[in-house]
Amino acid sequence: MAIDTFVSVEEILAPGRGAQLRARIFGHTTILIGAGVVMFMLAVAVLAPWLAPDDPFAQDLSQRLLPPVWHERGSWTHVLGTDQLGRDYLSRLIYGSRISLVVGASAAAMSALIGTMLGVFGGYFGGRVDLIVGFIITTRLAMPVILVALAVAAFIGSSLEIVIAVLGLLLWDRFAVVTRSATMQVRSLDYIAAARAIGSSTSRIILTEILPNIANALVVVATLEMAQAILLEATLSFLGLGIPPPAPSWGLMIAEGKEYMFFSPWVITIPGATLFALVLAINLLGDGLRDITAPENR
Amino acid sequence: MLAYCIKRSVVALMVAVTVSIISFALLHLSGDLAQSLAGPSATAADVEQVRKAYGLDRPIVVQYADWIARAVRGDFGESFFLKVPVGELLADRLPITLTLGICALAFALALSLPLGVLAAVRPNSWLDRLALGLSVLGQALPSFWFALILIIIFGLKLRWLPVSGNATWEHFVLPAIALGYYATPAFMRLTRAGMLEVLASDYIRTARAKGLRPLTVLFKHALRNAIIPVVAVAAVQFGFMLGGSIVIESVFSLHGVGYLGWEAISRADFPVVQAIVLILACIYVLLTLLADMLNAVLDPRIRVH
Amino acid sequence: MSALLEVEQLDVRIPVIGGILHPVRAVSLSIRRGDMLCIVGESGCGKSLTSLALMNLLPARAQRSAQRLVFDGIDLLRLDERAMSDLRGNAMAMIFQEPMTSLNPCYTIGTQLTETLRRHRPVAQRAAREHAVELLEKVGITGAADRLSQYPHQLSGGLRQRVMIAMALMCDPKLLIADEPTTALDVTVQAQILHLLAALRRELDMAVMLITHDLGIVARVGTHAAVMYAGEIVETGTAAEVFARPAHPYTQGLLRCVPVPGRTKRRARLGSIPGLVPSLIGDPQGCAFRNRCSHAFADCASTRVTLAEISPGRSYRCLLSPERLAENALAAASAGA
Repeated sequence: MAIDTFVSVEEILAPGRGAQLRARIFGHTTILIGAGVVMFMLAVAVLAPWLAPDDPFAQDLSQRLLPPVWHERGSWTHVLGTDQLGRDYLSRLIYGSRISLVVGASAAAMSALIGTMLGVFGGYFGGRVDLIVGFIITTRLAMPVILVALAVAAFIGSSLEIVIAVLGLLLWDRFAVVTRSATMQVRSLDYIAAARAIGSSTSRIILTEILPNIANALVVVATLEMAQAILLEATLSFLGLGIPPPAPSWGLMIAEGKEYMFFSPWVITIPGATLFALVLAINLLGDGLRDITAPENR
Repeated sequence: MLAYCIKRSVVALMVAVTVSIISFALLHLSGDLAQSLAGPSATAADVEQVRKAYGLDRPIVVQYADWIARAVRGDFGESFFLKVPVGELLADRLPITLTLGICALAFALALSLPLGVLAAVRPNSWLDRLALGLSVLGQALPSFWFALILIIIFGLKLRWLPVSGNATWEHFVLPAIALGYYATPAFMRLTRAGMLEVLASDYIRTARAKGLRPLTVLFKHALRNAIIPVVAVAAVQFGFMLGGSIVIESVFSLHGVGYLGWEAISRADFPVVQAIVLILACIYVLLTLLADMLNAVLDPRIRVH
Repeated sequence: MSALLEVEQLDVRIPVIGGILHPVRAVSLSIRRGDMLCIVGESGCGKSLTSLALMNLLPARAQRSAQRLVFDGIDLLRLDERAMSDLRGNAMAMIFQEPMTSLNPCYTIGTQLTETLRRHRPVAQRAAREHAVELLEKVGITGAADRLSQYPHQLSGGLRQRVMIAMALMCDPKLLIADEPTTALDVTVQAQILHLLAALRRELDMAVMLITHDLGIVARVGTHAAVMYAGEIVETGTAAEVFARPAHPYTQGLLRCVPVPGRTKRRARLGSIPGLVPSLIGDPQGCAFRNRCSHAFADCASTRVTLAEISPGRSYRCLLSPERLAENALAAASAGA
């Protein structure tokens, strides 16, 4: 028997790290639900062309405001009914998931980039740099986000790209705050001093030592900010200055349905419920990730 | 102590000014203001006339300097659309938004503080899990959708409350709920965490050893300490609520500052938008200063004697 | 004189992951008015939990049981929480180890003092404040009237502990339980606080239960001593008896560890007790001290050892008689010296 591999008694008796991690993940029902719903929405978005029964833009004014199938007047041709222009609601809902997910992910990625850069610089260099970063963060927090976003969208004209850009440029504050404090914690650890002692350059230290260690916090914030971005896009579209019609943005669908909501409440309850479900799922995922990667669970 | 206050105030001022610079730049650079004012059917000559009339042909730095110099004296110019001083418009609408904000904050605290305390007193009980569950749900709920649902249920089906306008106090109930619920999860979790920590502390053990009644220990001794961070966060959240009031005000047709901003944006009424951004930024920095002061008032250890 | 506090067979059990923790095992003791009973033992031997069990301030999942628990004629086992809280801070008072964190930082000293009195007596605020000033002076705090409006963070550790003592005295307690009151203080302040406690005991004819790990304190101020090991009382008696003629091997070991100025020779080996305290989970077989005892023999592992009375108030927990123990010690000394 080879004696070059040393196996301790503990490793034989206790479950391995992989098994422990798996046990924690599967024991955590909320993260499973969250991940499950998110994957489902992702699948729906990707497979939209095959799943949607109709063209989401096809209008048919003779079929306006048909109720969903569970209503007395509903039928299976339009499972979730139609909107005020006769467009199939289910198809619009399915294609709408693409908008939400794309905006959410892109805006979160963009704000992650901006916020992390600011946070790491402020946390790593400290002193004047940190003061400036702190000032920038406070300035951003003092700005009424929705108002500014609306104004920009109104004057430039709005589109998918502009909404993503505006959200990306406005939602980085939590990234900055979290990465800043995480960087400050990591910076004072011994292996950073060791890396400096052997002559590693600052950029190398940041990339190879600091970033991997704040990655956990970063991922958690990224999921939560993605949910935030999705909510904000829906709000902007609801106010008429987000994704322009006739795009099937869920927020826009709610805005368009507002006039008819007293008699046909499903025009707002259905897209709102799906929006709620998606945001909830992402939040559950983020919370679950935080519980798993939090130091006290290691 | 005085030096600290002055330093904080100067920074606050700088923040407010920076915000105004950024919004000024964004608004001016995001499109041709003169064009939007003149309207889609105007000719090039009309647009040039408009540009000159409103001083939009000057360099942007000059325009800003001019604006800020007047703004600090309270003169925000005149609304492009309504031809009345912006200051008047703001004075009219601000009380409504402030009322809405205060009601929303009151609602959030009234809901979250008891829940947080109860959850901390019985950790891991069904009540605790319910409170945490509600907080997770609350954070995912889109505010504008929630507002519409409230309107359908309470305004239409049950007919208990009015759903638009701001004539009576009842008009503020649904909007306050729709605006305030979003802050409830954060407050509740903060209260719960604070209470859990405080209840395990030595001075609570002393209070019990003195034979004080359970409610006295809970409220006079425990909550008094646990609530300190909550108050500071509440002040800042109030600022965010004011900024986010635009959505709720437009759904409920409350003629506050948010609604005014929304109208101004859709009409390219630039001076109004600029003034609102500045006012909201100033209120926010004032609130952060207030939060610091409240911390010092509530926690004797922070005061410098 | 009948005892103020009588405890018989007090047990505390706490369910934990590995089983049931049993940190207080069949503890019996009694205190009379004017006694200063010192409960001595190392960290983790269950002395603090014993005192918390008396006041019924144990953590939520802990279970207390006893054959008899009588204070001033009142059966504490039958009292509901409301009646018990009427006693706390009133006839039974307690002070703790960490004066730095035992006072609420958000209220003044005055508020915290007067609320104790007003909880248990119908007095007006002004009378309560006057009484507070009296007591602050009695515990040796100068400028007492001004102190009332100060906050805890403005006082030093020694001062805060004095305030705690004053707070405990607000309602003229018959029994004061002091859980390691001087451990967190400087040595000089320690002496002052102990001196204060001894003086108060004499002046007010108050019973004091002083919990400590420091034998020096027992020698200095104690009238009676009860030595605890692994959750059990292993020896009781007056302080003089326990110090002069310790009956239990653990007590003997403890005393050997303390160098006595004038008596301990230069380069003499300081005693130490080898081994570790046994786990308190589950119930032990035989004597808990046997693994560290130089007198241990076969029966120690299997027989349950009960407290044996040498004389009234003097007992110890060992299978061997005091004479046998003395013989063994002499034999060991002559063999090893």
